This record gives sequence, C-alpha cells and structure tokens, in this order.
Amino acid sequence: MAEATQSETRNLAYFEAIRLALKEELELDPTVILMGEDIRYSIFGPTRDLHLEVDERRVLDTPITESAFVGAAVGAAMTGLRPVVEIMFADFITVCMDQIINQAAKIRFMTGGQVKVPLVVRAPGGYLNSSAAQHSQSLEALFMHVPGLKICLPSNPVDAKGLLKSAIRDDDPVLFFEHKALYFSSDDVPLDPQFTVPLGQAAVVREGSDVTVFAVSGMVSSALSAANSLAREGIEVEVIDPRTLVPLDKPTLLDSVRKTGRLVTVEEGCLTGGVGAEISALVTSEAWDDLKGPVVRVASRDQPIPFSPVLEAACAPTTQDIAGAVRKCLGKA
Amino acid sequence: MTELTNELVLRMYRTMYTIRKFEETVSERAGMAMIPGFMIHLYVGQEAVATGVCAALREDDYMVSTHRGHGHLIAKGAAPDRMMAELQGKETGYCRGRGGSMHITSVEVGGLGANGIVGAGLVIAPGAALSAKLRGTDQVTVCFFGDGASNQGTFHEGLNLASLWKLPVVFVCENNGYGFSTPQDKHQPIDRISKRAASYDMPGITVDGNDVLEVYLAACWAVERARKGEGPTLIEAVTLRWHGHYEDDDDEYRSAEEKAEFPKHCPIERLERDCIERGWASTSQLERIRSEVDKEIEKACEFADESPEPSPDEDPALIFSGGDR
Ligand SMILES: Cc1ncc(C[n+]2csc(CCOP(=O)(O)OP(=O)(O)O)c2C)c(N)n1
Ligand SMILES: [Mg+2]
Repeated sequence: MAEATQSETRNLAYFEAIRLALKEELELDPTVILMGEDIRYSIFGPTRDLHLEVDERRVLDTPITESAFVGAAVGAAMTGLRPVVEIMFADFITVCMDQIINQAAKIRFMTGGQVKVPLVVRAPGGYLNSSAAQHSQSLEALFMHVPGLKICLPSNPVDAKGLLKSAIRDDDPVLFFEHKALYFSSDDVPLDPQFTVPLGQAAVVREGSDVTVFAVSGMVSSALSAANSLAREGIEVEVIDPRTLVPLDKPTLLDSVRKTGRLVTVEEGCLTGGVGAEISALVTSEAWDDLKGPVVRVASRDQPIPFSPVLEAACAPTTQDIAGAVRKCLGKA
Repeated sequence: MTELTNELVLRMYRTMYTIRKFEETVSERAGMAMIPGFMIHLYVGQEAVATGVCAALREDDYMVSTHRGHGHLIAKGAAPDRMMAELQGKETGYCRGRGGSMHITSVEVGGLGANGIVGAGLVIAPGAALSAKLRGTDQVTVCFFGDGASNQGTFHEGLNLASLWKLPVVFVCENNGYGFSTPQDKHQPIDRISKRAASYDMPGITVDGNDVLEVYLAACWAVERARKGEGPTLIEAVTLRWHGHYEDDDDEYRSAEEKAEFPKHCPIERLERDCIERGWASTSQLERIRSEVDKEIEKACEFADESPEPSPDEDPALIFSGGDR
C-alpha cells in the first residue's frame, strides 16, 4: 500500500476512526499497549480484532477488574509504556476511581516531577436507547475537578482520530470520553498517520453573531440543529466545540462571547456542578463587561437516568431545549 | 426442609419452566423492539441455579442479584406480570419503569437489586447479612454472581468480610464459563472457583448447576449453616448460558458446535426425566404445569401491554425519600 499523502481521506465511522488511530499508534510506537475487558471482541467495534493486525501481546483482554488493569496501566506508564485502557462503559470508571484520581493524576506532582504518567483511559459515555442509570452517564465534570487529568470529548470521527493520537502521544493522563450514540456516525477522516488534533484547541463549528453556544460531545450536533432552526427565526448562533475540557481553549471561548455578548452551555451530564457551571463562572469573571445577559445552561435533569424511554427523553437535553435556551438568553422567551 | 417431596419438586419444575417461558418471551419481544434498551441479559439455560437456591430460602430472606437477574427474581417469588411491565418501561413495573432489565427488583419478595455493575452485589450482600444479624433476625442473604465477577476486588473483599464477621451469607457463583466474550481459562488461572473459599476460611463446593436437585441440596446445607450463625459458604454452580451475553450480542466468540451442545444439558428436561423415573410426577402432570405457566406468561404480556407509561414529570420522591427519623 502506498504511503498516505497529506490530503488523503476515507469515509469512516467514529468507531473506525478510533480503531485507525489505535492501530497507527500501535504500529508507530512499540511502547503503546491496549488493555480492557473484551477489547478483542469489542462491543462497539473500536478495538475489534486489532490483536490480529498488530503485535498481539500489546492488545490484552483483561478479567473484569477495572481497578487492577487501570492500576496496572499506571504502573506501566510510570515505567516506560504508553497504555491505552478501555472502560467498557464510562459509568464503570467509578470502580477504579482511586487509580485515576489519587494515583494517575497526582503521581507526577507527588514525586516532584521524577516520573510522568502517559496513560489514556478511553470510556464511552452518554445516552443510548434506554441504557438506564448505570450505563448512560456523562461523568466528565467530575474529572474537571481533579487537577492533573486531561479530558477529551470528540464529537465527530475526525476529532476522534486526531485527538486520540494526541492523547496517546501526550505525557500526562488523559481521559478520553467517546460517545456511544456517535460510534456509527461517519465523516471523511484524514489517513495521514501524522494527522493529529492538538489538545486545548476548540473548534468554532458554526459562526454566528447573536449567541455563543458552548456544546460538548454528543450535544454538538444537537446545538447545530438548534442553530439551523434558529437561523430561520433570524437568530445567528455561534457553536463552539471545546473538544478538550482540560486543557480548555479559553481564548476561542472568550473571543466568541466578546463578539456575541451571550452564552448558552450544553452538555449531557447533569446540571448541578456540571461543565456549564465552570464555563459560566469563567466567562462571567473574565468577560463580564461584554455579557449582555445571564449565561443559560442546558443539561440533564439532576437525577439518575431512567430506563423508560418516556422518562429518558424527559431527562436528556434536546434540540428544543437548546433552542429554548438561546431564545431565553436573548430575552425572547 | 431438605426432604424432596412431590410438591417441592413440582414447585421447582414450575419455577424453572416459568423462567424459561418468561425469558423466551422476553427474547421474542426484544426482537420485535417491544422492550427498550439493548442490554437484556437472559437466564435461559441457568434456570436450575436460581430455582434450587431460592427453594432453600424463606420468603423473608434476602437475595442480591446481577445484570442477569430475571431468573433470580422469578425464583424468589416475583410476579411475571409486574416484571414484564418493568422490562417494557411501564409505571406498573416493579421499579415503575425506572430500572428496566438491568435494575429489576422486588423488595417485597426480598430482592435487593439486580445490578449493572459487575461485582457490586458481592459487598452489598454482607451488609444485608450484617443488618439481619444486628437486628436479631435469622434472615439469610443469598448473593448471586458470575464467574467473571469472581475476579473483581469486591468478590475478595466481600468474602473476607463475611467470613471475618461470620455473616449469614450464601455466595452463589454461577459459572457459565464466560464473562461476556472471555472464556473462563482466559480470565482466571483456576478451574474451580470454589477453591477460592479456602482463602477466606469458609466452605466452598462445586455443584452441577444444571441439576436443580443437587443445587437445592447444597443450598439447603449452606442456608442452614448461615441461619445457625456458622457463617458464609461459597457454592459454585457450573452451568451454561444459552443465549448471547445479551440479546443484541452476535455471540460469534462461541462456535456453532459448542452452542449445539447446550440443549443436551437442559435443566428442565433433566428434571422431567427425574420426575418420571422416580415417580414424582407423570408426563401429563408436567404438561398441565407447562400450559398453566404458558397462560400466566400470556397474561403477563397483556398486563404489560395495557399498562400506562410513566408520566414524564419525575416524582421527586424517587431521588430523595424526603423523610427523616
Ligand atoms: C464493573 C463492570 N465492568 C464491566 C461490565 C460489563 N459487563 C457486564 S456483564 C459482563 C460479564 C459478566 O460475566 P459474569 O460475571 O461471568 O456473568 P455472566 O454475564 O456470565 O452471567 C461484563 C464484562 C459491567 N457491567 N460492570
Ligand atoms: Mg459468566
């Protein structure tokens, strides 16, 4: 096969883009290893049969022991490997919270910088078809509260590939939250093995002059739909996808708010103590003079996620909720 | 209690057949998109385990379940109609449609929860047992879990705690040979999980989990020990999971030959043979039970279909009880 040129792309699903990033990094760097439960089989596909295409010793199915294999990944990362571990559903990350929060996030600091912990934890979150309270959560806000962890939330196949490659090459622990409902969305993805999307660089996915909508992960496409319908009402929405919450691209966010004077935040996690709370505090303290009104937050209800489709739909933020929030932000509701 | 009377054997037959019929109906309904969600883990093939264990329990004993929990709950005495309603997300379901398959439970029959987190129940069970002990009751807690779950830290922590405090728990490991796609020999270095009991100084036994009578007798012994204050027991019941890990699972990791073997180990047919051979029941008696159960499950479906959806305005009392002492 010929070397991919800079501009070559292929239409890939989100899960395939992730698989490609993993495969390329496994091939480029012999210190990269994958670990996780049933990853060779892979429910959503990003790691399916990878062990057949690369050195199979570096693609390890583990027992159901999140705390053991994430802890083992920390140890391996401290001693020269670049482990990429998968938590089958982001909800199960609670089982290995100590290894992430007390160990991975703090080891570099506690050792006075003697070691680095180049670890990636991949974890699919978000709503998908009545997955209920323990298989639907978006837990990214919990980790924003822990200094030492980087957080990626790719909203499309191109970012999924580019961000994952940056995350693997990064020398610090990165939580990489994929979205279950995005796995089969597709786009033209660059095939260049050196293509990356840097951590800490937001994307302005739609330009607009009236309101800034800061939308995370699966909510980016909902925000775009809301923006398109609002355009028919003469409201021009600017949609920002932060792509990484830590590091956060403050300049892009603040520049946009300075232009529009209004901000709506949108996330799938619940409202209280959410991503929107932090973004809102940041913008009100750093762009107060430019704000024309209060920040409006759109998020899930503050409750465990219900199983019933009717209740699930009522709990989750929708395109209508986003449009309503934009109108409210403009004083039109 | 351990005596195998006709009445007891037929009750176990009815329970196993109810589980089978319920699960096959759920599978059909899942295929027709009548059941929300894609993670519906069925108990087909494992009926003898829940049935034999729960037959050794009292109504007020506790039962801690797993993601594969429908069979456990039926065996503990829950009604198929309210279960089907729960699986269909209806307000009349045991959890008012909030839980669904992975969280289905009925506290009134002693259920303390199915669970979406593998291994979580292994530390909840000792707590229920501690509670019974401190409240001065002689209730026993049964804790079901899989071979895959026996590798979680909570397995080791839960068994240690229960043994240290001599708690009335019966740990029942349903070894169906797989944790999802991973065969047992790829997830642990031992063959008999019951061996692990030795580390926690409790008895550990392995039984044929496709033989309800063997399961029942072992459970009676363990439950009696627990009730007398002699502490926990680990029972490993070796069985088979006939369906995919969940209903959407293509199950490609198991060969057609392997799957073709499953029906040869059918726990229900086995009990039928035992019944006839030992004169516990005639074929027509068994047939009558089956047709009664078929009707019951049909009614359960009607009940679920006719039940209302929950109101989208969430009841705040489901998040915090709002009460105090
Ligand atoms: C903490 C946690 N990790 C992983 C999973 C995903 N998962 C659900 S069931 C399962 C396999 C469980 O195997 P076993 O305990 O043997 O039970 P079985 O499914 O065979 O009944 C896995 C990996 C989960 N639900 N929770
Ligand atoms: Mg199993």
